[in-house]
Amino acid sequence: MTRPLPSYPSTRPGSAREAAGEPAPITPHHVAHRGGAENPSVAALRERFGAAIVRAHVMWGETTVIVAADAIHDVIAFLRDEPAHAYNYLVDVTAVEYRDAEQPMELVWHLRSLPWQRFLRLKVEIPKGEPLVAPSITDLYASADWLERECFDMFGVTFTGHPDLRRILMWDTYREGHPLRKDFPLRGRFSRSEQLTQALSIDTVGRYSMTELTIAEAFDDLPADMRERLAERRAAELARSMRTLDAGDDA
Amino acid sequence: MGLITTGERTIVRAPEPTGSTQDSWVTSRLDFLVNWARSSSMWPMPFGTACCAIEFMATAASRYDLARFGMERLSFSPRQADVLICAGRVPYKLAPVLRRIYQQMPQPKWVISMGACASSGGMFDNYAVVQGIDTIIPVDVYVPGCPPRPEALMYAILMLHKKVQTERLRDGARHTEIEPDPQSHLYIPPSRIDELSEPFGNSVHQTRSAP
Ligand code: SF4
Repeated sequence: MTRPLPSYPSTRPGSAREAAGEPAPITPHHVAHRGGAENPSVAALRERFGAAIVRAHVMWGETTVIVAADAIHDVIAFLRDEPAHAYNYLVDVTAVEYRDAEQPMELVWHLRSLPWQRFLRLKVEIPKGEPLVAPSITDLYASADWLERECFDMFGVTFTGHPDLRRILMWDTYREGHPLRKDFPLRGRFSRSEQLTQALSIDTVGRYSMTELTIAEAFDDLPADMRERLAERRAAELARSMRTLDAGDDA
Repeated sequence: MGLITTGERTIVRAPEPTGSTQDSWVTSRLDFLVNWARSSSMWPMPFGTACCAIEFMATAASRYDLARFGMERLSFSPRQADVLICAGRVPYKLAPVLRRIYQQMPQPKWVISMGACASSGGMFDNYAVVQGIDTIIPVDVYVPGCPPRPEALMYAILMLHKKVQTERLRDGARHTEIEPDPQSHLYIPPSRIDELSEPFGNSVHQTRSAP
């Protein structure tokens, strides 16, 4: 279950800034490539987490913080829950792999604070060859669900604690690996006819029409977990409509 | 009125003209009549997956006016469609969907492959995109272009009209469903598909596997 967002004074864009007497940001005319004012949240992070904040740099006016892998969940929870930071919008979860063998793989989180009008990029470095594992933040942001699934699908990052970590862009039975990894051949691993055979053997009804499936014949062919989810959803809908009926009777 | 088959032709013979009914009779070949009816109102099933679909919409809109060809009624159900217009690239994940939509269309049916992507994979010579929809379903007309201009699509439609007008009712090929191989789900040999999907143009310089 996703922890509810704390109730900040107001989430209207810039509201916290105004309350703190900070001037509204003006559109910058010239932004330096490197250097410039750091996002004020970084100082707070350093104070709170100490050595877990590996380094931070500013490029094109945007601050990037490199965080130790085991602290990332706490860091994001802190940034979200502290009213002095209030990062209430998760923009993206993704990863970067460099062609250079020495460069570590990077996992990236983009956070935005609407009340403070701040943007912060968090990164975790995972040296090449080490298992790609990171804690899931679906308990903090519900929107992390699909973002992490995409990151898993494309890069093979395992997010521990994710409720339903499966492929999202490629189909469930896709066997060629994780396409955005550098060792993935551009045209895929199999011959075109083999790729087509595999793609055409997908059961379209079983895969694509989630809502219609509750009535479709294909229901019994579904994976067990999907069947359960659909049954639960249906029971909840039924209960809700019964309640509405009852309320109508009382009135 | 009687149907007489003479050699290749099917002839509708009108009864001897008598008196006032003389004006109400026309004689023609049945083939011609049927083909004229079919080609004058082909309901398109738009399978728009990418930028080409925008150009398809422009073709259907008032300036280019597909209604002139009896095609203004876009059939969003394959069950009532005559011609499938595949406008845009088809990723492998969509391949079974396209195949299914084609199979759901009643015979006789035709396919226009609109744009470089639908016809050959276009610039997307990668792991995700089907290298030409003719590896999934039979195609009647290919329209080159990225995207093809509305004129090009209309030219393709007129070409399809010509094709339809030369069809024979006696020719059964138009009315038999192509059954894909149950094992591989392909309807043409795998070697032919690999040959069709060979890299060409700029994409031959791409390496198949990264160093
Ligand atoms: S052929 Fe060009 S316009 Fe058409 S789908 Fe491909 S990229 Fe888009």
